[in-house]
Amino acid sequence: MSMASELPAWAALPAAILVLLGAAVTLIGSVGLLRLGTFYARVHAPTLGTTFGMGCILAASALCFSVLEGKLVIHEILIAAFVTLTTPVTLMLLARASLYRDRTEGNRDVPGSDDVEDLMPPKA
Amino acid sequence: MSALILAWAVTGAQLLLGLAMCCATYRLVVGPRAQDRILGLDTLYVNAMLLLVTFGIRAGSSLYFEAALIIGLLGFVATVALAKFLMRGEVIE
Repeated sequence: MSMASELPAWAALPAAILVLLGAAVTLIGSVGLLRLGTFYARVHAPTLGTTFGMGCILAASALCFSVLEGKLVIHEILIAAFVTLTTPVTLMLLARASLYRDRTEGNRDVPGSDDVEDLMPPKA
Repeated sequence: MSALILAWAVTGAQLLLGLAMCCATYRLVVGPRAQDRILGLDTLYVNAMLLLVTFGIRAGSSLYFEAALIIGLLGFVATVALAKFLMRGEVIE
């Protein structure tokens, strides 16, 4: 607890709120991953939850380090930008792969490839 | 007083993130299908990254930040490779 004791109150209170809020939103996203019924419903919950939660927690971290070192420390933006860019890519790739598998198995819950044009990847 | 508030908030956030990791681990172990497991693994590494960031806030060290950055980079590559494996049956063609 070396760092928290040196922070002034006006920085510690917003940082505490941001950290708790971010962790709570992340937990809500993960509970959605646990509880929702189908894969296509599940894929959205952790994507949204972790993106918002990550924003709050990284903002708290940037605030703490900036106040502690007396200058603007924003290297957390590296993580924030990277995760914000890659999480939708992950969602899209996983959903496309799952759709492809469901179609090749002839699953009736998803629309067939004739209904939606040009969504099927080329067959290997 | 304010230091105590921040310390308790970081501890509570770590508990919440640990619960979130438990949810993701359940989905990783139970499935039911391969894409569910990969989604659970993806959520698990993002939660672990956030947990490392909260450890960094607690300790005031930038070493945790670098570990979190590496987890974020490698986790994305792992998820992309696994999704490609689901789709095509091999990663490097």
